[in-house]
Amino acid sequence: MDMILGHYNYWMVIIIMMAGFYTVISRGNLVKKIVGLNIFQVSVFLLYISIGNVKDGATPIIEKGVDLYSNPLPHVLILTAIVVGVATTALGLALVVRIKEAYGTIEEDDIHNQDQSL
Amino acid sequence: MIDNIVDITLLSLIAIHAVAIIRMRSLFAVVMLFSGFSFLSAGLFVVMDAADVAFTEAAVGAGISTVLMLATLALTYTPAEADKEEKAPTHKPWLPLSVVFITGALLIYGTYNLPGFGDPNAPSQLHVAPYYLEKSMPETGVPNVVTAVLASYRGFDTLGEVTVIFTAGIAVLLIIGGRRRVKSKIEKNGGDREA
Amino acid sequence: MKHNLILRVVSKFLIPLIILFALYVQFHGDFGPGGGFQAGVIFSAAIILYGLVFGLDKAKRVITPYVLRLLASLGVLIYAGTGAATILLGGNFLQYGVLASSQLAGQHLGILVIELGVGMTVMSVMLIIFFTFAERGQAVLNSKIESERE
Repeated sequence: MDMILGHYNYWMVIIIMMAGFYTVISRGNLVKKIVGLNIFQVSVFLLYISIGNVKDGATPIIEKGVDLYSNPLPHVLILTAIVVGVATTALGLALVVRIKEAYGTIEEDDIHNQDQSL
Repeated sequence: MIDNIVDITLLSLIAIHAVAIIRMRSLFAVVMLFSGFSFLSAGLFVVMDAADVAFTEAAVGAGISTVLMLATLALTYTPAEADKEEKAPTHKPWLPLSVVFITGALLIYGTYNLPGFGDPNAPSQLHVAPYYLEKSMPETGVPNVVTAVLASYRGFDTLGEVTVIFTAGIAVLLIIGGRRRVKSKIEKNGGDREA
Repeated sequence: MKHNLILRVVSKFLIPLIILFALYVQFHGDFGPGGGFQAGVIFSAAIILYGLVFGLDKAKRVITPYVLRLLASLGVLIYAGTGAATILLGGNFLQYGVLASSQLAGQHLGILVIELGVGMTVMSVMLIIFFTFAERGQAVLNSKIESERE
């Protein structure tokens, strides 16, 4: 039981991560690929925050009378990673828009066929 | 105990969202499910004591990236294709499925040596974190340790992150900021689709 | 979005509160949860909501794209400039202690200033990205209308 409770977070994170990975490698639609990348990214955030969590710990804002805090370091890393993540997602979406304008489709197979027929 | 129940419920819901996103073909539904996925993970961050992260994830994941993805859908599909479905995959799913299962199995095998969730004696809890928690108040006078580490102890790192965000903004402006040749492309593509 | 009366009224009511909350998160980030990154995204979410409900042109009148580009670069400049200032005052890069008379006051000032820089950059980059996508949509729409006329 301890084993399950202690590792449930990691297992679920891995399942979510693999869901994102599967979306990226098996789907041809570029928007869906970017959604898959985002799922992968969120699963990594969840993994970091899980590792930083301390049982019965408090949010790391120092206050008198509280002794046990969660680890603040993963919070810092993930906080910046989320905002950088949305900036890079926007960059990817901008590329999708340009691909649509250049090829008329955002399906990977169609783009590949057009490149072959040139 | 209640923490564990909330944690398990939220994680299971997030995983269900992720699997539903794979199975869903309508792109609009996929984007809205992703919004829900982000919002649930923001809730999970609150449960895991990361208030600052939860804020950001709720505003960014459920708000801004959803709006950007919807904008992309509006730009890439004409109103005639209102359902905005992706094409059915042409390949058999067995190769990606086996890759994913093997990778997942190896990762799960790797978790067996990790310390349990919330273990206060895990190695990650013993090295720099106690220093920040003890010294940030006397050294910086800022009670919020996350802000102290972000802005003071790791200020150089944050400068890099801000530069990355700035660069991404410039890159988006460069890629789709101009107005050149939109018209001719659309006409050509419209012709192709009808033919 | 011409007829969504409820949406318009509710968002008119909500937008000032969101902006107020963003400012609170920005300047109270030392004591409660918050900081420049969070404040930036919350502030830009308020303007994006305004743009979605009332139209892109009105949102652009609130903050013009020129101002946004200025703010985005100014934020990075404030951050890096604080580092340069600490070097000129005789410390290391981003060693805030030298900014004021005592170590604690210097740290406090330094953190406040660079959080402001972060908030400005994040807010304006998010809005730049949103405006760019929305403008592209308008351009595509206009060219479609034109080609139909022809």
